[in-house]
Amino acid sequence: MSPKDKPIVRPMIMSTANPPSASPAAKPVGQQGKLKAVNLNFYYGAYQALHDITLEVPANRITALIGPSGCGKSTFLRTLNRISETIRNTRVEGQVLLDDEDVMQVDVTALRRRVGMVFQKSNPFPKSIFDNVAYGLRVNGFTGALKDAVEHSLKRAALWDEVKDKLHKSAYALSGGQQQRLCIARALAVDPEVLLLDEPCSALDPIATAKIEDLLFTLKDQCTIVIVTHNMQQAARVADGTGFFLLGKLIEYNTTEVIFKNPTKQETEDYITGRFG
Amino acid sequence: MTLRNRWRKTLSYCMLSLTGVCAVVAVSMLFLLLGYLVYNGWRSVDWDFFTKLPKSPGETGGGMANAIVGSVQIILLATIAGLPVGFMAGIYLSEFGGRTFAFLVRYMADLLNGVPSIVIGIFAYAVVVVPMHINSALAGGFALALMLIPITARSTEQFMNSVPQTLREGALALGASKWKAIATVVVPAAYRGIATGMILGVARIAGETAPLLFTSGSSDYMSTGFTQPTASLPVMIYYRATAPWEDWHRQAWAAGMVLLFLVLLANVAARLILSRGIAVQK
Repeated sequence: MSPKDKPIVRPMIMSTANPPSASPAAKPVGQQGKLKAVNLNFYYGAYQALHDITLEVPANRITALIGPSGCGKSTFLRTLNRISETIRNTRVEGQVLLDDEDVMQVDVTALRRRVGMVFQKSNPFPKSIFDNVAYGLRVNGFTGALKDAVEHSLKRAALWDEVKDKLHKSAYALSGGQQQRLCIARALAVDPEVLLLDEPCSALDPIATAKIEDLLFTLKDQCTIVIVTHNMQQAARVADGTGFFLLGKLIEYNTTEVIFKNPTKQETEDYITGRFG
Repeated sequence: MTLRNRWRKTLSYCMLSLTGVCAVVAVSMLFLLLGYLVYNGWRSVDWDFFTKLPKSPGETGGGMANAIVGSVQIILLATIAGLPVGFMAGIYLSEFGGRTFAFLVRYMADLLNGVPSIVIGIFAYAVVVVPMHINSALAGGFALALMLIPITARSTEQFMNSVPQTLREGALALGASKWKAIATVVVPAAYRGIATGMILGVARIAGETAPLLFTSGSSDYMSTGFTQPTASLPVMIYYRATAPWEDWHRQAWAAGMVLLFLVLLANVAARLILSRGIAVQK
């Protein structure tokens, strides 16, 4: 894995990421916790996958969750928009708060409209590119100009120029990286307040990965981003804050700089330096 | 080469040959049947066969127009009643079923699938024909619908299950309700398989004789409605083939060939649809 010294950083991206004052968002950026997990436990049947997770995700920031396979980071992400409920025989204890409101008290479809999700493997629907992006708008009863909304979303996902001439072709005609950006466009179309990304680049080559990472920076102003990643360099490149999961526990959670340069826990340091995982 | 090695080689060769011979026997039986049917039937399939009513016993000529129309009537009834119920039940099994109840339904469907068709016929006779005091297309349609429901339910379930879970999650994550996700993403992704299962199911019931023998009955005239005794191709074959007149035997062969051709057509259509795969990338 990576050498012990400082992680590889793409300077171009850091330069856009560094000055937080450049963000034009109306809210006091990063001041408030957008999403909070409080004493969260999660069970698959009798197996406990998450142990007492307490974590606050700041608004308009990118938060990365890292850790070895099976450590519960994806499970945690999936409890945030309650998509974990689609798996039978699972149970959540504790609370997830979105703007200080318990997500269990919110209507689940309304919650998922506010908290969008992009999955590990791109999962475009067997429909045209246009219909994929319009899907979320249609199921949520969007009444405005669908065409403009689709164009806007595709532009936000930096895909518009590549697909504008084939909007009504099947989404399966796109490459893997394009499909993943289409899925991001689809999630952005409903204008979510939070965007959850579950290892969105794991199946992509470095160029497609770079495009998606660039994209995350431009989205930061408009929404709060939580990204699960296997790739520590990616966390170091894109994230403002990073949480390290191990065996279902949140071992350490701090700014990305501290986690990667000066972790307080031995496990974190071992993982970052590639001594296991 | 040692003796033992030689023996092992010989045994291997013998067994391989045996499987080959059995495979040839199995396939040749099918071709023998097809050939025999076509040989006996093709001369009798003429325009009259499709347009004329049957002649009286002993007279030559006539056709089976009434049986063709009757079969269409009965199958139409069975399709209208059976396909939607089977389709919805299949969706329930794949998308909503809890552990115990779905297991029970699935098990019952498989049992119903295995019930001898003559028993289905008796049941339809008891609940439809007896109260109505008459054989009817309605009773035949009911019996065939009973057979079609479990076939459709299980094949629909199977093809719905083959749609990746990630598509469902993708739709749900955009704020779609569960039903919306199924109706707008999962079913469209599986529709080719579902349609194939339906076509094969209808083809399967189209050839059934036993459930129709004492439900739809038989008639030498064009059916005037759904509550009259109605002729159908399989039942017609049964009566024509067991009668003592040469010309009726000829017509039974012809009906058999037409029926086989229709089933073959449905099979080919189903294969064509399915060969394009489910509409989802792997």
